[in-house]
Amino acid sequence: MPKTYAEINERIRTGKVVVVTAEEMIDIVEEEGVKKAAERVDVVTTGTFGPMCSTGAVLNIGHTTPRMKISKAWLNGVPAYGGLAAVDLYIGATEAREDDPLNTPHPGEFRYGGGHVIEGLIAGEDVRLTAQAYGTDCYPRKKLDTWINLKDLNQAYLCNPRNCYQNYGVAVNVNTERDIYTYMGVVKKDLGSASYCSAGQLSPLLNDPYYRTVGIGTRIFLAGTQGMVFWEGTQHCPTTPRGENGVPKGGAGTLAVVGDLKRMSDRFFRGVSFLGYGCSSAVGIGIPIPILDEDMARYTAVKDSEIFAPITDYSYNYGHNEGKPLGLVSYAELKTGSIKVKGRDIPTNPLSSYKKAQEIATLLKDWIASGNFTLQEPIQMLPQADSGLKFKSLRERPVNGGAM
Amino acid sequence: METRRVVLRFPKQLIDQPITSQLVKNFDLEFNIMRADITEESEGLLVLGLTGKRASLEKGLAWAREQGVHVQPLSKDVVRIERKCTHCGACINVCPTTALTIDLETREVGYNSNRCIACELCVPACPYGAMHIAF
Ligand code: SF4
Ligand code: SF4
Repeated sequence: MPKTYAEINERIRTGKVVVVTAEEMIDIVEEEGVKKAAERVDVVTTGTFGPMCSTGAVLNIGHTTPRMKISKAWLNGVPAYGGLAAVDLYIGATEAREDDPLNTPHPGEFRYGGGHVIEGLIAGEDVRLTAQAYGTDCYPRKKLDTWINLKDLNQAYLCNPRNCYQNYGVAVNVNTERDIYTYMGVVKKDLGSASYCSAGQLSPLLNDPYYRTVGIGTRIFLAGTQGMVFWEGTQHCPTTPRGENGVPKGGAGTLAVVGDLKRMSDRFFRGVSFLGYGCSSAVGIGIPIPILDEDMARYTAVKDSEIFAPITDYSYNYGHNEGKPLGLVSYAELKTGSIKVKGRDIPTNPLSSYKKAQEIATLLKDWIASGNFTLQEPIQMLPQADSGLKFKSLRERPVNGGAM
Repeated sequence: METRRVVLRFPKQLIDQPITSQLVKNFDLEFNIMRADITEESEGLLVLGLTGKRASLEKGLAWAREQGVHVQPLSKDVVRIERKCTHCGACINVCPTTALTIDLETREVGYNSNRCIACELCVPACPYGAMHIAF
């Protein structure tokens, strides 16, 4: 008998809900079968914590006296975007501090960027705001140099256009001459290491591969508080080839998410620095999956050995959009610490923290079990596997025959 | 006379070469082995205190580099700031001595400072700034 959101929420409110983590669901389905599990379990919680670019925060700093229409702004030296309105700023996670030498000399260290600014705000630190304006009759002020603090801002919310990638590639380096420095970390030369970045069996969209319950409006765990899915994420590609269990064999769906910065915890939001690549942020996301029917019970029981990721050469193929993957590998293999590529054993290294993913799934489970978190049925579904929506590269139409 | 603490990493093809004894013979240096290891990738690792005249030290180490030995100074203590570590595991593949390892069951990343040779490779490689040099 299928369940509805209303029924599950009623069980949450009355304290009767049966909620388990995606790890626990694997054992339950193995022991009791899909049918029984679907009857007994109401909600499965998921979690993921790892580097997620396409993250940023919207800040309304309040009007200055005299008023100012900020056109250029820096937070602790990191450029923020001021082209939204007079005192609305957007700070992006991958923006580097302006005085950073970037990749000269290579590999640069990028110790501080937008992700670190957001982490500092969440941690309650004062952040230095400097700003410039050209001055108008209604907004005469031209310069500002002040400390700001999250608690004094009007609105401050994370607004992340692409988080929570459904599956991801595994980065290797076939170049025999040099290590490479990427957003997947340091990848050692001559197939010396393989980096991967997904919580696998605990990861939200791998537990609902066809986005049957995750859509616009879905209430989620976002960096320690309740947040929301507000759109399909950028580069959302539901048409990626899938296995028989529905799990995409590579990057596929993504989510755009939003949540109140003031309620977040720096335990679940961190600025990150990648040697030779740049700055970004790591975001903790957890999504509750309602077990509406047997299919959802089956999907949420997916395990690492059934989730496959493509092994991609990042020394050339990835950067040049060329070539085919060197094979597929399961998360169960990746997590043993070594995989076989071209007949060779290669040590693996994760970027996504499975320990934090477990912490998030467990915390979300506790919130639901204690009645503090109810499920929100999507108000609109994401583009689905049959939508035809594909990930497109830019079709360049060079201006002036490409002459620069 | 001066002493320099250095980390020498020998690629596979050099591990059976008498590099250290040649450093002693040809450059008039003394050495004190602090740590020696052959890693799983069968790369050799040697942490030495090398003593000799400054010019000889420099010539000797330059010669070792020419042979293909990776030479790094061993200078400071490396500590992990526990509250910053997310146990992601991004550091484990850069660590040459298995001072940083991931527990396959708990997925926790352990740091064994006894095995650390302070090569500092993990410091910039940790995306979260958890590995720190204590002065
Ligand atoms: S890379 Fe840094 S955060 Fe990740 S496990 Fe290593 S020390 Fe901890
Ligand atoms: S400094 Fe870091 S990489 Fe080097 S041995 Fe110590 S823990 Fe390992």
